[in-house]
Amino acid sequence: MIEIKNVAKTYKSADGDFTAIRNINLTVEDGDIFGIIGLSGAGKSTLVRCINLLEVPTEGDVLIDGQSMLSLSHKELLAARKKIGMIFQGFNLLSQRTALGNVCFPMELAGVPRKDAVKRARELLQIVDLGSKENSYPSQLSGGQKQRVAIARALATDPKVLLCDEATSALDPKTTRDILALIRDINKRTGITVVVITHDMKVIEEICTKVAILDGGVVAESGSVEEVFSSPKTEAGRRLVYPDGIPFEMLPNSRVIRVVFNGGTAYQPLIASLAIDCGVKVNILGADTRSIDGKAFGTMLLGLPESESEATRALAYIAAQKDITVEEVRDYRG
Amino acid sequence: MVEALTNFFEDLGMRKIPEQLEFLLTPENIPFAIWETLYAPLLATVLAYVIGLPLGILLVTGEQNGIRPLPRPLMQVLNTVINLLRSIPFLILMVLVMPLSRLILGTSVGTMATVVPLTVAAAPYVARLVEGSLREMDRGVIEAAQAMGCSPWQIVTKVILPECKPSLITGATNAAITVLGYGAMAGAIGGGGLGAIALMRGYNRGQTLVLYVAVIILVILVQIIQSVGTALAVKTDKRIQKTNSKKEKRK
Ligand SMILES: Nc1ncnc2c1ncn2[C@@H]1O[C@H](COP(=O)(O)OP(=O)(O)OP(=O)(O)O)[C@@H](O)[C@H]1O
Ligand SMILES: [Mg+2]
Repeated sequence: MIEIKNVAKTYKSADGDFTAIRNINLTVEDGDIFGIIGLSGAGKSTLVRCINLLEVPTEGDVLIDGQSMLSLSHKELLAARKKIGMIFQGFNLLSQRTALGNVCFPMELAGVPRKDAVKRARELLQIVDLGSKENSYPSQLSGGQKQRVAIARALATDPKVLLCDEATSALDPKTTRDILALIRDINKRTGITVVVITHDMKVIEEICTKVAILDGGVVAESGSVEEVFSSPKTEAGRRLVYPDGIPFEMLPNSRVIRVVFNGGTAYQPLIASLAIDCGVKVNILGADTRSIDGKAFGTMLLGLPESESEATRALAYIAAQKDITVEEVRDYRG
Repeated sequence: MVEALTNFFEDLGMRKIPEQLEFLLTPENIPFAIWETLYAPLLATVLAYVIGLPLGILLVTGEQNGIRPLPRPLMQVLNTVINLLRSIPFLILMVLVMPLSRLILGTSVGTMATVVPLTVAAAPYVARLVEGSLREMDRGVIEAAQAMGCSPWQIVTKVILPECKPSLITGATNAAITVLGYGAMAGAIGGGGLGAIALMRGYNRGQTLVLYVAVIILVILVQIIQSVGTALAVKTDKRIQKTNSKKEKRK
């Protein structure tokens, strides 16, 4: 379990101090895949680096399995870091070592005998599906392959925690999905706790169980992915979940409602059944719906017909649907 | 044959050719000069690395945001001393360092004695070369090593030096060639080798042919050192795809 307690980090520089993160309180349970999402500069990297003390928090503490990281001696900290794997956006492989050499590296540090290290490294390269590339140098590998080597390297010392700082941001969508699937797979298999830093909603949806939204250095909201993404409660949350804003094309005088899908087993063909069942046509003003674990989440903005009776009928019909809530948007200005 | 050569060069307007040819064609003269030209500078380069490599590493790792920050005043002293030594012209440094040579070697003349000023001049240069190489390194790799629980010493020995090896070899080639040049200059104060021959015979005694030969051999030596250095740097660098793909094919 990782407990981040009231952590703040202030960078001191010639032109004044800058507080990158503050008042951070988060708990990551064992085996969770915990996402931290935020826009560039929100302080995500700073926060994740505070977990393994690459960055020393100026306030607060980080506890891993109840052990305060800040109270460790330098030696103990080096040992603790061996139990926290980390992967990066830029892969950060040793360019002068082969894939195998890179995976062996942390074991070398830990004093594992060469023969055992090589054996384990080969196993790990098999797991990340790079068995045939053990003698390739990083310059001979694609981005996705490099990240696989980095993952194998991060796992070499059997860590309990894996920190991923924008691990897929330099990869194309297909490779991103493959790498995420690999991380999820390893999480399922070994129960490793994963902290995923990203600015990409899709990454969170794809693998995370919990999410925290970081905005301007503070946690705007956090909770299960379903909860936070289906109905973001804060401005920062909405900005992330609906990055393009909600398109606006409203008819004069008509009422606007927000329909929220709360995880029905599938999307009801709502608009079609509205037209068929009660003969009312509505305007879709905007929609942002997605499926998480096969369940439907998201919201849809609908412009109701101008006729009051039709509008009331449509509203009643939608409200009667299962796993759907509906609310009227009064101050809708697009 | 000697006669033919004499006529050829004298036709070109050179004088005292028989005397020069006699010197050049005496079997041990030139090889001995080459040996003297090489050993003092190469020895000095090695010694300069013994001093300059750790200093160069400290210049990078000891910075305030380096992997093992050192007290700021210490870093300032280090930088100032290096700059100071580098700003003294080599000819003057040679004279200044004479007492030191006498102290260490018991003499301040002769080829061996030039090793001392050459080392003193080269060490700060080497420190800056090493510093430059290390600064080129991707900081992310160091960060990854820190995240794996590497100690500062391990980061230097297992990450920084192996990662910077090609660039360090390129730097060492540069250093060797520069010190070779200084070494030739040391001929002016009693060092031996091609530099001394070019200076004493070629320039002072007007033996133009000897001067040309000495310079041409120096040029060739520099070319050889440069080629070997570059080849070594390229060969060790695993970031270069060309050499690697060759290896791949062989398998
Ligand atoms: N070493 C530092 N010194 C001073 N300021 C820093 C330092 N590192 C980060 N910052 C500042 O802290 C803020 C948060 O940086 P951080 O790298 O954590 O953002 P991020 O959320 O990871 O952004 P990105 O998505 O672009 O990686 C930024 O405004 C940045 O300028
Ligand atoms: Mg970042």
